[in-house]
Amino acid sequence: MLEITALHASVGGKDILRGIDLTVNAGEVHAIMGPNGSGKSTLAGLLAGRAEYTVTSGTVRYQGKDLLTMAPEDRARNGVFLAFQYPVEIPGVNNAYLLKAALNEVRKHRGEPELDAMEFMALVKKQLEVLEISPDLLNRPVNDGFSGGEKKRNEIFQMAVLEPKLAILDETDSGLDIDALQIVAKGVNALRRPERSTVVITHYQRMLNYIVPDFVHVLAEGRIVKSGGKALALELEAKGYGWIDGAAAEMGA
Amino acid sequence: MSGTTTTKVLATYDGYQADFDRLQGGADAVRASAALKSLRQDAMQHFHRLGFPTTRMEDWRFTSVAPIASRPYALGGPVHVAADQISRFLIPDLPGARLVFVNGRFSPALSETKAVPTGVDIQTLGDSLAGGLDAVEPYLGRLAVVAEQPFSALNTAFLQDGALIRVDDGVVLEDPVHVLFISTAPGEAAVTHPRVLVVAGENSQVGIVESYAGLRDTEYFTNAVTEIDAGAGSVVDHCKILRESLHARHVGRMQARLARNAVVLSHSITLGAAALVRNDISAVLDGEGAECTLNGLYVAGRNQHIDNHTTIDHASPHCASHEFYKGILDGDGRAVFNGKIIVRLDAQKTDAKQSNKALLLSDQAQVNTKPQLEIFADDVKCSHGASVGQLNEDMLFYLQARGLGRARARRMLIHAFAIDVLNRIRHEPLRTQLDLALLERLPAAAEEPA
Repeated sequence: MLEITALHASVGGKDILRGIDLTVNAGEVHAIMGPNGSGKSTLAGLLAGRAEYTVTSGTVRYQGKDLLTMAPEDRARNGVFLAFQYPVEIPGVNNAYLLKAALNEVRKHRGEPELDAMEFMALVKKQLEVLEISPDLLNRPVNDGFSGGEKKRNEIFQMAVLEPKLAILDETDSGLDIDALQIVAKGVNALRRPERSTVVITHYQRMLNYIVPDFVHVLAEGRIVKSGGKALALELEAKGYGWIDGAAAEMGA
Repeated sequence: MSGTTTTKVLATYDGYQADFDRLQGGADAVRASAALKSLRQDAMQHFHRLGFPTTRMEDWRFTSVAPIASRPYALGGPVHVAADQISRFLIPDLPGARLVFVNGRFSPALSETKAVPTGVDIQTLGDSLAGGLDAVEPYLGRLAVVAEQPFSALNTAFLQDGALIRVDDGVVLEDPVHVLFISTAPGEAAVTHPRVLVVAGENSQVGIVESYAGLRDTEYFTNAVTEIDAGAGSVVDHCKILRESLHARHVGRMQARLARNAVVLSHSITLGAAALVRNDISAVLDGEGAECTLNGLYVAGRNQHIDNHTTIDHASPHCASHEFYKGILDGDGRAVFNGKIIVRLDAQKTDAKQSNKALLLSDQAQVNTKPQLEIFADDVKCSHGASVGQLNEDMLFYLQARGLGRARARRMLIHAFAIDVLNRIRHEPLRTQLDLALLERLPAAAEEPA
């Protein structure tokens, strides 16, 4: 599904990613954990096609294709979905209108017929219930005036409707209370499929109690310094991130 | 060089004078009363005295009317226009009467004068003026002052036809009146001088949609004047829509006077491709408790210059004004926004808010924006803000990350920027029609600059 090899990237001349290797197979859930500034969000933004990052070396292959040469919209149409850490507020663009446009772009790309407003509403109704989203959220401008929890739930709602092949959740747990976190996790878990891969980026282990990963990777100073099973997340929770500094220094040596 | 310019300009004045003489002495003159002829004569003299404004004048610093002044525009004659030629400028589902003028003259065939409630008078100025000036005397030319405004003087000198909308005290006209001025631009550079007079009695309510449109891409000049007299406690909702064609030049003045507790809403929507637009929108708050809202939206693309000059004169205490303008500039489009707010000495407790936001889509586009506050009272609340910005990259990326192509994402954001001006328009069918016109106008603006 996703194959990252020796990826180096910089932003504004500063090296952020310094040799990432990561393979995500279909159906797997990978958690990427790490302290602030370790490069987690850079990796997420880079995979979605954010323009401000420069890849200095390395490759990213998605379904066998070179992901890095694809425009952000082509990545999305091909099934890459980024749930934003900070969903952008867009006054003047109706939430339902955007989602319908997005869904029809994806459907067009898959060679499926576009949905009209009625068909779209029928489709989203169930997802709204799963995520306990009030239907009037659909008729508000995208993220504009949403609470932190509403924004994150709206991201997962979009993901549910767009049915991506590779979902990247960037700090989706940040700013959520425990109830909201459980709702979001329920939404994500409902989307788990053998053919769908998920990359969960988080600072805290908390979310991984609800979205249980197959693999956990620790990112520090732009490199994956340790990989393991779900137990690794608990270890991090117990020990904090302090001990990995040594590991990062060791790798750099 | 200046010699040539002077000669050209003289030819312009001569051209107008010759047309004026024909108007005063020609076949139509039979219909004109002596009083009307004298009103025109007076205005023509003021026009000659004032002359065309130049960029040396503060109010015209950024807008040169040289393209208008440097050549004579001839009075357009009656031309037959078929209903399907104007259909795209109509507002489907908007109930109410419709007055259509072609090249400045009323077209009964294209108009629809429905039965109006008692106490409402909708007629052409042509008909009204034929009976003398008595009916309009207390209002016509009282607000657009020929002694100070050269274009108002020129308009009045050629006063021949237009729309008169009068609502008696206490009468509510539910359905807005649509007044549509069509220029056929027959090839020769032609001029029209549209005129609208709105008289709202005490505690009356009336809505007017005033549109201007060109049928062909040839050169013409529209010189429009609208006067609105809003009586005590009245509510007047006015929307001016410009959809003039390429090579058109439009100079328009909307001048309103608000009596005690009157409410005037003005929406000025400039969507056409016209090369030069100058809108002067002016309101005098002439009685306590009056409230005035000026909303505006303009789209200036390649080879376009759009100038909005607004003036709100707080002449009485306890009045409020809200001003909200937005502009979209593309290509080498130019725009000017000048928002003058005068607060007179005894206009205490004035509450005035002004905002102008411009969205620049290219490096060549340019906007000159200036608030101009002249405050003489001491117990007032006045705020103003201007911003000039570009499309937000974070928003663009968000939309792209959801699968929308960059051009479509840009279009969506440009539309989103503009829509909150249209959302302030009360009549839904009008809002819908303007949204369609806006969307039609955007594709060129959505292209990414190279």
